[in-house]
Amino acid sequence: MTETVSHAPDDLTEFPMPRAARCPFDPPEALRARQTEATLSRVRIWDGSTPWLVTRHDQVRALLADPRVSSDVTRSGFPHISPGSKAGSEVRRSFINMDDPEHSRMRRMVTAPFAIRKMQALRPEVQRIADDLIDDLLAGPKPVDLVQAFALPVPSLVICALLGVPYADHGLFQRHTKVLVRRSSAPEDVSAASAALTDYLDALLAEKQAHPEEDLLSDIATRQVATGQLTRQQAARMGVLLLAAGHETTANMIALGTLALLRNPDQLDVLRAADDPKTVAAAVEELLRYLSIVHSGRRRVALEDITYAGVTIKAGDGIVLAGETANRDPEVFPDPDRLDLGRDARRHVAFGFGVHQCLGQPLARMELQVVYSTLYRRVPTLALATDIERLEFKHDGAIFGVYELPVTW
Amino acid sequence: MHVEVDQPKCVASGQCVLLAPDVFDQDDDGIVELLDADPSPEHHDDVRESAAVCPAAAIRLAPR
Repeated sequence: MTETVSHAPDDLTEFPMPRAARCPFDPPEALRARQTEATLSRVRIWDGSTPWLVTRHDQVRALLADPRVSSDVTRSGFPHISPGSKAGSEVRRSFINMDDPEHSRMRRMVTAPFAIRKMQALRPEVQRIADDLIDDLLAGPKPVDLVQAFALPVPSLVICALLGVPYADHGLFQRHTKVLVRRSSAPEDVSAASAALTDYLDALLAEKQAHPEEDLLSDIATRQVATGQLTRQQAARMGVLLLAAGHETTANMIALGTLALLRNPDQLDVLRAADDPKTVAAAVEELLRYLSIVHSGRRRVALEDITYAGVTIKAGDGIVLAGETANRDPEVFPDPDRLDLGRDARRHVAFGFGVHQCLGQPLARMELQVVYSTLYRRVPTLALATDIERLEFKHDGAIFGVYELPVTW
Repeated sequence: MHVEVDQPKCVASGQCVLLAPDVFDQDDDGIVELLDADPSPEHHDDVRESAAVCPAAAIRLAPR
């Protein structure tokens, strides 16, 4: 069988490990080295604790789907991502960090708008949003920061429409979300940003309760809050989660994906030439796999002893699941470091796996399909307006990406 | 091939509907609905892939 890796406690690699500056799209070398080891291993995180690190595709999927593994951030041993996320975990707690049956009860309250048919109905609206922003982009000065001009507004406008949040408030929610997703944010700043966002959603829910409209927050206010299935505080936290996750992740996929495509012009040509939705859909799956923007590991804690691959994870041990190495596992994706829009990448774990797999994935897929099939065709000469070495990457973010992407055409 | 779905397990990822729309659908809440428990052979690959990517193991396959 496989052997346990037993590093001396002061000999452990710190996690997350830094990516190499010259290959910003690839997982850190030290992390990839763990994948070739035959078993689970330990790492040290910011608070000195030493959770298990899981890097292989089969192990990541198995453990994410294992009911003996908990997402409950209030459990002792939970390997928090940063001091800020630990400090804010109680006030931010929503179904994403609860276990079944509570998780499932609350998640099902908000699955309806993400059904495939609803996404198909929303597609023309997303297309219009993308086209309008590109019109503005082409009419404006260049170079321009694609993050501010396009990547962030597209998913922000869409999630605002879906939830019923006024887009005019985007400065407020984008500013606070930025604080939430930075690992280096001070705990008091994270708590303040969480409180500000929750208060904002709470006030919005009160308004929707009095004057409901055709949107998800009105649904939650009139169905779940009014009937006592959720407190308004719980509903507000849920709103924060949907609003933050709904714009920050997709925005990074758009900007980072564009950079990756500009670095791989033959693959960019595949998207420009694609006249078939299947080709575009496959390209989106490959970019999700290749970029794997959730790069600080999905965090869990063991509820009971779990023996896996010859190693026993003890009850109360933290577990860090590295999706970016799972998605570069050569056992599942041959030649994994190659961006190949023609490959079948559907088994990626970019949205996670198990019962917590991303709620918004049908929305994210549709948005990315619209964006990737529109932007490069309408701006065929799109080019990076700076050296890649000058770009600042989100190394300290829970989500990987670029802070700015200066482009011209 | 015989297909069964476990609706209480479903987390509405929608991937089965994208892969095999003749076999799977969703109810108003996004929860899986089985359209064809005994799909014809041309759908078998897509149904197998649907079961493989289902994050909640809500799709079960049995030979027939």
